[in-house]
Amino acid sequence: MASSNGFIRKYGVIFGLLGIIIFFAIESPTYFFTSSNFILISKQSSINILLALGQMFVILTAGIDLSDGAIAGLVGAVAAGVTVATGNLFFGLLAGLGVGIGFGIVNGLIVAFAKVPAFIATLATMSAITGITLIYTQGEPIWNLPSSFDFIGQGSLLDIPFSIIIMALSFVAVWIILERTKYGRHVYAVGGNIKASRAAGVKISSVLISVYAISGLLAAIGGIILASRLGTAEPSAGSGYELDAIAAVVLGGTSLFGGEGWVVGTIIGGYIIAVLNNGMTIMNISAYYQEVVKGLVILLAVMLTSFGKKYWNE
Amino acid sequence: MTEILKINNIGKSFSGVTVLKNINFSIQKGELHAIVGENGAGKSTLMKIIAGELEPEGGKVYLNGSEVKFHSPIDAIHAGISLIHQEFSLVPQLTVYENIFLGREISKKFFKINFIDKKAMKKSALEVLKTFGILNIPIDSKAKDLSVADKQLTEIAKALSTNSNLLIMDEPTAALTLRETELLFSILKNLKAQGVTIIFISHRLEEIFEIADVVTVLRNGELVGTKKIDEVTMEEVVSMMVGKSMKSRFPEKPIREISNEKMLEIKSLSSDAFKNVNFTLRKGEILGIAGLVGCGNMQLGESIFGLRDFKGEIYLEGKRVDISEPIDAIKDGIFLVPEDRHDLGLVLQRSVKENHALPNLDLFSEFGFVSSKKEKRSVRASISYLNTKVSSINQKVDNLSGGNQQKVVLGKWLVRSPKILILDEPTRGIDIGAKYEIYKFMYDQVLKGVSIIFISSELAEVLSLSDRILVMSEGRITGELDPKSTSQEDILKFAVKGKES
Ligand SMILES: Nc1ncnc2c1ncn2[C@@H]1O[C@H](COP(=O)(O)OP(=O)(O)OP(=O)(O)O)[C@@H](O)[C@H]1O
Ligand SMILES: [Mg+2]
Repeated sequence: MASSNGFIRKYGVIFGLLGIIIFFAIESPTYFFTSSNFILISKQSSINILLALGQMFVILTAGIDLSDGAIAGLVGAVAAGVTVATGNLFFGLLAGLGVGIGFGIVNGLIVAFAKVPAFIATLATMSAITGITLIYTQGEPIWNLPSSFDFIGQGSLLDIPFSIIIMALSFVAVWIILERTKYGRHVYAVGGNIKASRAAGVKISSVLISVYAISGLLAAIGGIILASRLGTAEPSAGSGYELDAIAAVVLGGTSLFGGEGWVVGTIIGGYIIAVLNNGMTIMNISAYYQEVVKGLVILLAVMLTSFGKKYWNE
Repeated sequence: MTEILKINNIGKSFSGVTVLKNINFSIQKGELHAIVGENGAGKSTLMKIIAGELEPEGGKVYLNGSEVKFHSPIDAIHAGISLIHQEFSLVPQLTVYENIFLGREISKKFFKINFIDKKAMKKSALEVLKTFGILNIPIDSKAKDLSVADKQLTEIAKALSTNSNLLIMDEPTAALTLRETELLFSILKNLKAQGVTIIFISHRLEEIFEIADVVTVLRNGELVGTKKIDEVTMEEVVSMMVGKSMKSRFPEKPIREISNEKMLEIKSLSSDAFKNVNFTLRKGEILGIAGLVGCGNMQLGESIFGLRDFKGEIYLEGKRVDISEPIDAIKDGIFLVPEDRHDLGLVLQRSVKENHALPNLDLFSEFGFVSSKKEKRSVRASISYLNTKVSSINQKVDNLSGGNQQKVVLGKWLVRSPKILILDEPTRGIDIGAKYEIYKFMYDQVLKGVSIIFISSELAEVLSLSDRILVMSEGRITGELDPKSTSQEDILKFAVKGKES
């Protein structure tokens, strides 16, 4: 009956999302269940989903990236700062993406070569990167961004917000990489059994370094959208994003032990968090209680899936 | 004789696929009952049902005449049944003695709080091992650092120490060499004398005929028959297993001239497991490397494949090669089928298809994209070549029977054209029909000019297949033998050389 377990793990999350949507649709049909609100939810979830997609690569290799929120914050500041200083958006974006990938590679090097457990390694870099952001910005937000910068997070193409388009493209790219390429197979294999992967000729260190680099890149894109949406680069903008990203990945059914996961699940996990936030706000539930409810939902979902695993996977 | 266990009309299926149908049989108290059958026949599944790990669909189990319904392994243990799994269930981070007492830790009180008493546990573990004559296990080692044979012996000690009266052993000898197997058999005879009932699974029929009283044959999930061992011949058992008669266990050795062309030269190779090893492997030759558990032949094979650090020189077709990672060996055309399939051979949570493809993705992909067509064609070809039993190529490897998992490991390398194959226990846990196919595969390969390093603890197959045999003891090569004029005893003589001193 292993398949029913797989079924619950894989599709249970879809029913979870539908259940939450139906609940809010009944509670608030006029505000919640409208197409403009769904576009809003997608927009709100786009940054978290970008980070979650990167986080997923890392978790598939049985690692974790606690620094991606911090990277998003630093990248937002660097991209904004360089754009303002040079007057050229292109340089700003390039610098931002470079910083994101660079710190991702640093994470990867620490995990792959210094063999520091991912949790500790990225906890340390999270702290260091947060500090670097404060040093770089002197603790002050960066204002006066050109309107071209604001377009990334605020503009639309054919009535679809640009950030949703970026999220959708990233999803497609990640799906193709994980499901269709040799590299994707290596990511799953390394997370499943690192020794057997090495014996099959997989270059373990390249895989490990690259997953953190990808996480850094996606965090950078998320950070740029975040700064652009706010119209200002706040030094603390990224803090807490890493936890929502991890939550989305785990809700989506990816195993924290590595080797098993589903890209679509991560997207749905991200939507569950966004719908909860949005619905509860519409229902006027205070932000303090929202955090508690979110925590309980995550706990419940993970308990259901891991209960499924123990009980059915005979 | 009285019946200790009776199985009545038991069935089992996994996700709609039936793996056991209407099983009826009984086991008498004090007998050694062998269960045989091809890979995937349902032997392990049946044993897990008896030991309370799986619930049967319909049917009844009677223990000592009364019906029992086990809902977990603990129920079975309390009823005096213990099962030694085909795949190891030791906790890798715990030591040998902690594993032996797992779940039954000895504790001492200190200010009314229970603390684990490691000293006492170690002492009792040593006593258990001593009673059964298992003397060579490094009792302080963590399970993850043990050789496969030592893991197996630890599992056996763990089960023996529970003092059960029905002991089920699922392929306990698959990882053992002749010497440990003999040790195990003397333990089993002792237990039998004390009235313990034993169920024993093995693909090595000689063992069954040496030690069992009764044999039951399963085929495709059905019970074919139960026979007293002295009323049946090996040929009859084989034909009950495979449904047709098999003339010989080994294919005929192809007559061929092995050229003097050197394929591989190993010069003064040393590591912490072997010392100053020198040998030459010729083109198209099968070179057997025999020895007892811990003699270093496994480590030697893994070193040549780049999995372990070593000092010394390796020459491939006359050229010095630098192998520091498996990827280097693979690029040079040297492949390894490892001894421990779960540790080095498989990614258990991924599918048959993905496991098969993992080392071959370069062949199946263009510009980094995997061609699903090429991949499927290749995995199907290797499944049908080795007759691997899978419900679909997307089945998780974890859900395959042990022998079929081994076939997936072997099948991975069928795709590439190797120069050198290092086969470390390639037939471990594989049924005789498939063994025959693997032997034929080895002959096919050497006829194509591939050279094979054949590490095996099954002396009969080493003798039958090898062109030349090296024997190792304590990390050194102690003898080079010609299989035509060698007996199993001769190999053993060299295998213990340097040990007694
Ligand atoms: N959890 C599972 N999910 C799906 N199929 C399973 C599961 N466990 C076993 N099977 C299938 O049941 C069949 C019987 O498996 P079993 O392990 O009992 O075989 P076996 O006789 O012990 O073979 P071997 O000699 O290879 O160990 C196999 O085809 C296997 O694929
Ligand atoms: Mg089995």
